[in-house]
Amino acid sequence: MLEKPRISMYWASSCGGCEIALVNLNEKILEVDRHVDFIFCPCLLDTKYKDVEALDDGAIAITFFNGAIRTGENEQMARLLRRKSALLIAFGSCSSEGCIPALSNLSTRAEHIRTNYLAGPSLDNPAGIVPQALTRAPEGELALPSFFEGVKTLSEIVEVDYVLPGCPPESQQVWGVLESVVQGEPLPPRHSVLGAGNSTVCDECGKLKDKKSVSRFHRTYEIIPDPRRCLLEQGIVCMGVGTRDGCGALCPQVNMPCSGCYGPPDGVADSGAKMLSALSSVLDVGGYGGLTEDQVADKADTILAAIPDPAGTFYQYSLAGSLLRKAR
Amino acid sequence: MKRISINPITRLEGHGKIEIFLDADGNVANTYFQVPELRGFEQFCVGRRAEEMPVITNRICGVCPEAHHMASVKALDRLFGVEPPPAARKIRELLYMAFFVTDHATHFYALGGPDFIVGPDAPPAERNILGVVRKVGLDVGKQVIECRARNHSIIRMLGGRPIHPVAGLPGGWSKPLTEAERQTAEEAARRNIEFALFSLRLFDTIVLQNPAYVEMVHSDTYCHRTYYMGTVDERNRLNLFDGRIRVVGPDGHEFATYHPADYQAHVAERVEPWTYLKFPYLKQVGWKGFCDGPESGVYCATPLSRLNVSDSLATPLAQEQFERFYEALGSKKIDRRFTPVHHRMATHWARLIEMLYAAEHMLELATDPEITSPRVRNLPQAVAGRGVGSVEAPRGTLIHDYSADSNAILRQVNLIVGTTNNHAAISMSIRKAAEQLIRAGRIVEEGLLNRLEMAFRLYDPCLSCATHSLPGAMPLVVDIRNHSGEYIRSIRREG
Repeated sequence: MLEKPRISMYWASSCGGCEIALVNLNEKILEVDRHVDFIFCPCLLDTKYKDVEALDDGAIAITFFNGAIRTGENEQMARLLRRKSALLIAFGSCSSEGCIPALSNLSTRAEHIRTNYLAGPSLDNPAGIVPQALTRAPEGELALPSFFEGVKTLSEIVEVDYVLPGCPPESQQVWGVLESVVQGEPLPPRHSVLGAGNSTVCDECGKLKDKKSVSRFHRTYEIIPDPRRCLLEQGIVCMGVGTRDGCGALCPQVNMPCSGCYGPPDGVADSGAKMLSALSSVLDVGGYGGLTEDQVADKADTILAAIPDPAGTFYQYSLAGSLLRKAR
Repeated sequence: MKRISINPITRLEGHGKIEIFLDADGNVANTYFQVPELRGFEQFCVGRRAEEMPVITNRICGVCPEAHHMASVKALDRLFGVEPPPAARKIRELLYMAFFVTDHATHFYALGGPDFIVGPDAPPAERNILGVVRKVGLDVGKQVIECRARNHSIIRMLGGRPIHPVAGLPGGWSKPLTEAERQTAEEAARRNIEFALFSLRLFDTIVLQNPAYVEMVHSDTYCHRTYYMGTVDERNRLNLFDGRIRVVGPDGHEFATYHPADYQAHVAERVEPWTYLKFPYLKQVGWKGFCDGPESGVYCATPLSRLNVSDSLATPLAQEQFERFYEALGSKKIDRRFTPVHHRMATHWARLIEMLYAAEHMLELATDPEITSPRVRNLPQAVAGRGVGSVEAPRGTLIHDYSADSNAILRQVNLIVGTTNNHAAISMSIRKAAEQLIRAGRIVEEGLLNRLEMAFRLYDPCLSCATHSLPGAMPLVVDIRNHSGEYIRSIRREG
C-alpha cells in the first residue's frame, strides 16, 4: 500500500478561525483522515514538534500555514515548516495579506504599549509598569518574548507556493483543495491562488445592477438598502468589485457590504486602488458649472464624509501586503 | 533556585507559559503564569469607523467571534443612542444561544473533556477528541459533529457567515428572519436540548459515577474561595445575553450589582512587568495579591461563577439540573439562594448545565411569534459619544467600551474580555495545583504535568481573546535545572 501524503496545518499569529474553518468540514474531516496522514496540527493533534524537526526536508507534502508573522517564534516556525514541506500554502488572509490585525501597522509599537498599559480607562497603574523582556522576580528571572514592530505576511519571510484566501477561507473551498489533493489531481502552476475564483465577488452576487450612479456614499447605519439591488449602486461602499470571488458573496446576501477578505482578484495587485477607481466610476459628481469654489469644496467634502477612514476601509485586510505597507 | 518551565501550555486557545520555582527542598516556592502575546486591538481600532467594530473585533477570536460581535453591536446601540426593534434583539439572542451550545460542546468534547473521558493519565496521543470518539463510540462522535454543524449553519443563516458573522448594526440586524428559517432554528433548538441532556447523562456516567473523579472534583487541589461575577436578569436569574452584572462574595452574599456601563467603578486592571496580560480585580475590595477569601479582590467569571451568582435559571430543565448540581455538591440554601460552589473542577459540570439552558432558551426565542417581524432596524439619528456593551462570553463577562467623535470615528476603545477576568484566579489555581502535586523528591512526570494543566483548562481559557492576541498550541517543555541554572533533564510534550 502506498504511503499516504503527509499534511500539516500550523497557526502563527491568528485568531483560530482558520482552524474552525477546517473543523467545519464536519463529517468530511473523517474522509480527509482516511486519505492523508495528518501529521501535525497543534489544534487537533498531539503530534510531536520534535517529530517535525526529525523529518527529512520536504517530507511533508503540504503545509497549510495560517496566521501572520508577529514574533520571532512565528518566523522560526515558518522557516522550519518551509524546509520540511514540499508545498507551503498561505492559508487565510493573515498569512497572505496580514488581515485585520495588520491595521496594527498604522500604529507604532510605543503607541500600543501606551494604550494598553499606561492610558487605558480601567487601569490601576500609578507606577507606570509595562511588560519587560526580562523581570527579576524574588525567585528568579522571568522572560517575555519581544515583538516585531509590525505584522508581516508569510511571503515576507519564506517563499510561498500557493495562497488560499479568505478570512477565514470558506469550508467548502478548503474541502475543494483537499479533495484535489486526496484524488491526486495536479495542482495549478505554483504561485496560483487556490480555493477561490479568478473574478470578483460581484460575479457571484445575485443582486441587481442597474448601472445607476450615486450622488453620495452612505455609511451602513445611515440607510436601509433595498435587499434586491446592488449595494454599491445604493451608495454603500461594498468592496465586491475589488475582491476575489470564492466566498459565495455571503455578506451581500445579508445586506451587508463585502469588506474584502478574499483579497484582490486576478490581475489586480492592490484591492484598495481597484476600489478607488470603481468608486469614481459609480459616483455621479454632477456638473460643477456655475458653482463657486467653496460650493465645489463642500460637494467634495460631502462625498468624502462617508469614507472617513480610507486606510481602514480599502485596506481592512491587506495592509501588511499592500503597496501602502511601507507608508510608515 | 530550581525552576520548572512549562512553555507553552496546551489544549487551550492561545499562548501561555508557566514558571515554577522550587526551594532548596524541592517544594514549590512560587509560580508565574505568563502570557507572552499582545496584538493591541485597543490601539489600532482608534481611527476606525465605529460601525466596523462588530466585524473588526470578530478577529480577536475565531473561536468566539459571536461574543465579540454581540458585545460590539450592543456597544454601538448605546454609542448611537438607538434601540433595536424587538425582532432584531431576539434574532441576535437566538444566534447567541446557538453559539453557546456549540462552543460549550467544543470545550466539553475536544478541550477539557478528554481529561475526564479518556483520563488524566492517558497517553497524550489519546487525550484529544479522537480519543474521546474511540472511548465513547463513533455514534457519539457523529452527534458532536452534527451539533457543531447545525449550530454553525444557524449562525450562518442569521449572521451571514458561519465564522465571523456580519449582520450586526447599531439599532438592529441587517436581515429579518423568514418563517422557513424560524422553523429551521426551532428544529435545531429541539435537537440541542436532546444533545445537552445526553451530554449531562454522559457526564453523570463518566465523572459522577467514578469515585476517583468525584474525589478530584472535591479535592482541595482545585478549590478557591473567591468572589464570583456573572450577568443576571431583573429576577436574578442567569442571563447570558443581557442584564445587570452581579458579584457575590465567597460566602454567597451579594456584594454588588451594577449596569455594565458602570464597570469602571467596580473593576480595575493591574499591570505586572512579567506578563502581557493585565489582572482585573474588584476595585472596592482592593488588590491583595494572588490569594482568595473575602479580603482579596480576586474574582472569577466562568460558567461556575454564573451559576453561583444566579438565584435560579429561567428554563425548567436547566433549573432541575441547577438544583441537582448544588445539592450534589453539598451546597446549602441561604436567602432562597444556594451558597457558592468553590470546587473549580465543577466548572465542567456547570458548563453543561449552561448548554442546556442555552438550548432551552434558543427554543423559546425560535418559537416567539415576534421574531419573524420584518422590522429589524432603527436608524440612529446622532452619535452619543460613548457606548458600553456587554454579554456573557462562554469564558466570562465581556465588555466593549467605545468613545467616538461626532462623525462616529473611534477615539478610545477599552475591552475587558472573558478570560482576562480570570487571570488572577487561573494563576492561583496553577500555583495551588503545583504546590499540591510537586513535592520534594517526587519525580515530575507527564501525567502530573497534565493534572497541573487541568487546573487552568477547567477555565476554558482563551488567551487569544485575553490578549486580543494569537492562539497557538506549542510544545510543552519542562526543563529541570539546579540552583545555578544548570540543565538536569527535560520532559517534553508537543502541542
